[in-house]
Amino acid sequence: MIRFSHVHKTFARTGAALQDVSFQVNKGEFVFITGPSGAGKSTILKLCFFEEQPSKGEVKVYGTSSSAFRPTDIPKLRRRLGVVFQDFRLLEDRNVEANVAFALEVTGTPPSQVSPRVARLLTQVGLASKSTALPRELSGGEQQRVAIARALANDPVALIADEPTGNLDERATRGIFQLFRDINASGTAVMMATHDLDLVRRAGCRTIEVNRGQVVFDSASDGGFRPSGEVLAVEDEA
Amino acid sequence: MRLAIREALLAFRRAPMLSALSVTTIAFSLFAFGLFGLVALNIRNALQRVEDRVEIRAFIADGTGSEATAAAVGDISAFPEAASVRLVSQDQALQRARRELGEFSDVFEEGILPASIEVQLKPGFRDPGTVKAVAKRIEVYDFIDDIRFGEEWVEKLHRLRNIATLAGLALGLTFAIVAIIIIGSTIRMAVLARSREIAIMRLVGATNGFIRAPFLIEGFLKGTLGGVMALVLAWVALTVINRFVVQAEFFEAWMGAVGVLAGACIGLAGSALSVGRHLGRV
Ligand SMILES: Nc1ncnc2c1ncn2[C@@H]1O[C@H](COP(=O)(O)OP(=O)(O)O)[C@@H](O)[C@H]1O
Ligand SMILES: [Mg+2]
Repeated sequence: MIRFSHVHKTFARTGAALQDVSFQVNKGEFVFITGPSGAGKSTILKLCFFEEQPSKGEVKVYGTSSSAFRPTDIPKLRRRLGVVFQDFRLLEDRNVEANVAFALEVTGTPPSQVSPRVARLLTQVGLASKSTALPRELSGGEQQRVAIARALANDPVALIADEPTGNLDERATRGIFQLFRDINASGTAVMMATHDLDLVRRAGCRTIEVNRGQVVFDSASDGGFRPSGEVLAVEDEA
Repeated sequence: MRLAIREALLAFRRAPMLSALSVTTIAFSLFAFGLFGLVALNIRNALQRVEDRVEIRAFIADGTGSEATAAAVGDISAFPEAASVRLVSQDQALQRARRELGEFSDVFEEGILPASIEVQLKPGFRDPGTVKAVAKRIEVYDFIDDIRFGEEWVEKLHRLRNIATLAGLALGLTFAIVAIIIIGSTIRMAVLARSREIAIMRLVGATNGFIRAPFLIEGFLKGTLGGVMALVLAWVALTVINRFVVQAEFFEAWMGAVGVLAGACIGLAGSALSVGRHLGRV
């Protein structure tokens, strides 16, 4: 479970990125974080995997609290989370298999278990046939699938995705989103930041909308009320 | 651990030139240090041989009674610094002089050489300061005419050794710092070259120790390799010196081991100091 309590985040150079953000994501939930670019979506996600710490307030993620944690808690927490980004962040000099195996190796998985798990993960994301390809030999959608397989390597309780479809075309976007739905269906919570409003509308999942560092709408607490669609559409351009 | 070692070895393969450069720099740093060490070592050995012969000679005034001198010998023997105290009579002095001078032995007439008390000091009490102090204490007997303890050359040799040791230390330290800086910058480059991997390692939950380990192992290996190389260079240099300049001694086995260990420590220190700083920025 992920809980933000009155979280403020201020950066030295750019000032307030988040102001008084509070929400809770429950076990197995699927949540969109939407909002125009610069709204604070990435900052929220970074706080979730402790890449950043709040300037004020508390972020609590699966038992680890931002106001009382030891440095060694962060690797432990991150093994329970899977994170994917818009730019995939694959190792270009290693093939698909090696990219996924990397996550297992560096977290101390016994060598004998790595290979079968990689095979299972690649099957899960539909890339079993491309296990020896290099990232640059794959389409964007396929590269994102590799990143997702890597994120799932340590059986995370939650998947955190920062605009995972931002670099993908319509078709690939739908494929990746469907993969997220499948992953979610098997019990993993998903937090996905996106400004693809079409996707959000069609999906009908819980949506937290941020603007200028504040939560302006949360479908879980506002009972489905939405700010005007026109405003959303305009912000989509930003 | 196996993975960390593999990564460390991979670092050599990824940047062979850079790795060779840092190993050679450590080697040359330690080599320069080693040469100075050899100089200091050989001076020290020479000094030890000289110091073995350090003695104080107190010349006794003519006509001093044998009871007085015997009492003095007894007193001086009780000095904690004294190893042996010997009374050399006028006759013995003459015999010795004649023996040493061979064919010119006739120039000495009986009674021309004074009797003396010869004091040898225990090891550890042969430095100029102690020798001087002991001499002062012997000089208080009023039948002592003159006292000699080779103050000039003892002091000179000691100064030479101190300078050599100090210079060796200063030079060694300087080179160690240079080596640490060079290793540090190689690690910096290695960290930058692997920044993507490191970021991903962090993201998927690799521990800090795990992320650091390959860099530390890399530094350790480079340092050890540099140390071994320096030892080989020093040995080659010594062989050349022995052949063409002067007979000198090489390090004892334990000194060589310490040298290699020092290389390992320099390598480890260089990477440890650098890796934390640079990992923080990735
Ligand atoms: N590391 C950072 N240093 C300084 N300012 C930052 C940093 N990260 C984000 N910001 C600022 O915080 C605000 C929110 O950014 P971000 O969370 O990336 O927005 P979004 O992901 O919704 O586009 C922006 O104004 C951005 O400039
Ligand atoms: Mg963003």
